[in-house]
Amino acid sequence: MSMKLPKQTPATALSRFALALSLAIGCTTAAEAAEKVLRIGMTAGDIPRTLGQPDQGYEGNRFTGITLYDSLTQWDLSSGDKASVLIPGLAESWSVDPADQTKWIFKLRPDVTFHDGSPFNADAVVWNVDKVLNKDAPQYDPSQIGVTASRMPTLRSARKVDELTVELTTSEPDSFLPYNLTNLFMASPSHWQAKADALPASVADPAARSQQAWAAFAADSSGTGPFKQARFVPRERLEIVANTDYWDAKRRPQIDRVVLLPLPEASARTAALMSGQVDWIEAPAPDSIDAIKARGYKLYSNLQPHLWPWQFSLLPESPFHDKQVRQAANLCVNREELKALLSGQMEPATGVVEPGDPWRGNPSFQVRYDVAAGQKLMQAAGYSASKPAKVKVQTSASGSGQMQPLPMNEYIQQNLRDCYFDVEFDVLEWNTLYSSWRLGAKDPAAHGADATNVSAAVMDPFFAMIRFVSSKALPPVSNNWGYYIDEKTDALVEKARTTFDEQARNEALGELHANIVDEAPFLFVAHDVGPRALSAKIGNVVQPRSWFIDIATMTLD
Amino acid sequence: MIGYLLRRLGYALPIMLGVSFLCFMLVYLAPGDPLVSILPADASAELQKQMMQLYGFDRPLIEQFVRWLWRALQGDLGHSIATSRPVVDEVFKAVGNTLMIAVLATLIGFTLGALFGFVAGYFRNSWGDRLASFVSVIGVSLPNYWLGMVLVIVFSAQLMWLPATGAGPGGSGSWTWDWEHVQYLILPALTMSFIPMGIVARTVRALVADILSQEFVVGLRARGLGEWGVFKHVVKNCAPTALAVMGLQLGYLLGGSILIETVFSWPGTGFLLNQAIFQRDLPLLQGTILVLALFFVALNLLVDVLQTIFDPRIERG
Repeated sequence: MSMKLPKQTPATALSRFALALSLAIGCTTAAEAAEKVLRIGMTAGDIPRTLGQPDQGYEGNRFTGITLYDSLTQWDLSSGDKASVLIPGLAESWSVDPADQTKWIFKLRPDVTFHDGSPFNADAVVWNVDKVLNKDAPQYDPSQIGVTASRMPTLRSARKVDELTVELTTSEPDSFLPYNLTNLFMASPSHWQAKADALPASVADPAARSQQAWAAFAADSSGTGPFKQARFVPRERLEIVANTDYWDAKRRPQIDRVVLLPLPEASARTAALMSGQVDWIEAPAPDSIDAIKARGYKLYSNLQPHLWPWQFSLLPESPFHDKQVRQAANLCVNREELKALLSGQMEPATGVVEPGDPWRGNPSFQVRYDVAAGQKLMQAAGYSASKPAKVKVQTSASGSGQMQPLPMNEYIQQNLRDCYFDVEFDVLEWNTLYSSWRLGAKDPAAHGADATNVSAAVMDPFFAMIRFVSSKALPPVSNNWGYYIDEKTDALVEKARTTFDEQARNEALGELHANIVDEAPFLFVAHDVGPRALSAKIGNVVQPRSWFIDIATMTLD
Repeated sequence: MIGYLLRRLGYALPIMLGVSFLCFMLVYLAPGDPLVSILPADASAELQKQMMQLYGFDRPLIEQFVRWLWRALQGDLGHSIATSRPVVDEVFKAVGNTLMIAVLATLIGFTLGALFGFVAGYFRNSWGDRLASFVSVIGVSLPNYWLGMVLVIVFSAQLMWLPATGAGPGGSGSWTWDWEHVQYLILPALTMSFIPMGIVARTVRALVADILSQEFVVGLRARGLGEWGVFKHVVKNCAPTALAVMGLQLGYLLGGSILIETVFSWPGTGFLLNQAIFQRDLPLLQGTILVLALFFVALNLLVDVLQTIFDPRIERG
């Protein structure tokens, strides 16, 4: 049976062409509209490095670390109600050798592949350890060791046992190693090698070859993470797309594409959100929060492992050498009013970690607002309204994690006046303050200060406590800026570091923390809450008690 | 003319060498650790020492400068510490981006500035003069980052007519000259044009007023030359100084405005300098300053030559 078609005139041909064109455009538009694209305005001034060891602090790990890569161990980001804990990542299990506690065995997850299709195995782990610890390895990269080696202070080497088993060695028994390993992201050795092989032979110097291969790798990276790198415009945008073959089915992304934009200026970020250019901004300008909410955006925040303190100098000439003075200062700051000053964007600090945290312990000294008790302690230490304790505090006008240092410090200055403190500030540029932190209170860079106001990430036991209070961490080794030296504290540090059972280690860390609160080497002021504003169309948002957030489990309407 | 050009080039060379020495050394005067972007403060002293050696910061400054200059003469400004990317690529991409808004801002600023200046100069003490002078005073007095923020609040956040930040929907890497992209230029260029507009307007007003009071203008009019003819003479007499002012302004704008480019997240030289300063990225900072300084020297040279073409007496002088 045949069907006779009507004769085609130029007019009908044109109208059919127009119809076909409009259908094609319609289909294309529908396909584009079907792609779920999430646009995020970061506070970073540049795209955090994409080669596996991000810079830009923990914001770097948040956006180009845990999205593109995995580590052997990782943080559980699935709950906003309890402290984030360590869970298996690319390692399914791990244990320390009872006969030699400097040796760890990590059992690797099978059937994991990098984005380029090459397998993840023990060789890949050894290769990634060597990239930052083995100077003779071709992939050794000085630009990555700073942000990595300092976060794994005791790791020394890795050895393949079999295809899915690797042995890691530390310089001393160190139960914190699994925490440290969240900072070592696994990049694809095969993909890096392909980049290195593509370099011209004229690049003969091994260091130059490594640097150029890593630069090429950064532009087109390959990890095992839930997202894959798709498009990279240096200093402007990074586009990552869903890895539909991700090994963890629960974390296979439901958003097709994420666009990361560096917007370092708070008002620019806020304007970008309000004008619809982005769907999510980190740290909105505090005075625009009401306007943001009024436009229907959702504001998320939660207690972060962050501490905004004054770290006291315990040198003999400092008034804070006296424990009573340190405790008095802690009793004289009205943290709730300070929170109101910051439009609610902080949590009052009563220690390094707060009640409910497995490392909290039971301090006998309760950090609270009690001016009468503070005055009493100051009088016992020999101070009064007519004879105030003169203290100098170093701070900065701005800086990463510093929140709003000047108004916060001025508020504290007013508070402490009620308890016979005469506070003077030495305001430095942020990088100067940060760089001199390691030099300690005795260094000329401290300008004779009695305290320094450098905020800190307090994610794992070493960074939360030990680097501030261990006598092995005195300047210039680490951040015991104030020369806090105490035998009992050192013993508690040693006990926690050599306790390999998780429950027992948490108890040991609780004892250490209680001791720190009682001794008060800090003025505990605030914890950041990591505020971020998101479009209401983003669903399944869990803001954990962490520096990180899991984009992979989010949805987009 | 060629002799003059060669003489001016001869002057420019020691200036360029001096500029390169200064921009290399000045960044070392700033406090802070040159490895701060890749080495946290909690890194051990041993690791810091190791890194200083690896990056060559432990060598004498003069040795570092000679190595840097030798490489710079071959077109290699080193690699950024923070990103490991070649500084040359970073700087020239940023210069290209800044050039877009700087040229547009100069065109807007010079056109409006010249217009206001001529109106004010020709009709001195009239309401037109007062209005033009008021606008030019506003131009040089308003903090441009504040103006940028206000424009963003009004035209982006409230009216949603123009994008608030960025250099195109896909970034500057995929820039094309269509409305979808050009709309990203408007607010930063407009903000950037205010200061040159004010400066050019004030300069032109003073020049026009001065020229109109000179005897040759009376002579021209006495010989029956029409107002249009007189105007052309005034323009020709204004041009060398106005060009010099505009050239300097373009030079300043090419350096990028750190504040404006940060407010608009425009990936130009100001934005790059801001990042380099905050990250203590010395190779990037030195390379960016050097390239900008050389642009400035070259631009001054160009303006001198143009001035000579407009007014041959300058060459004779």
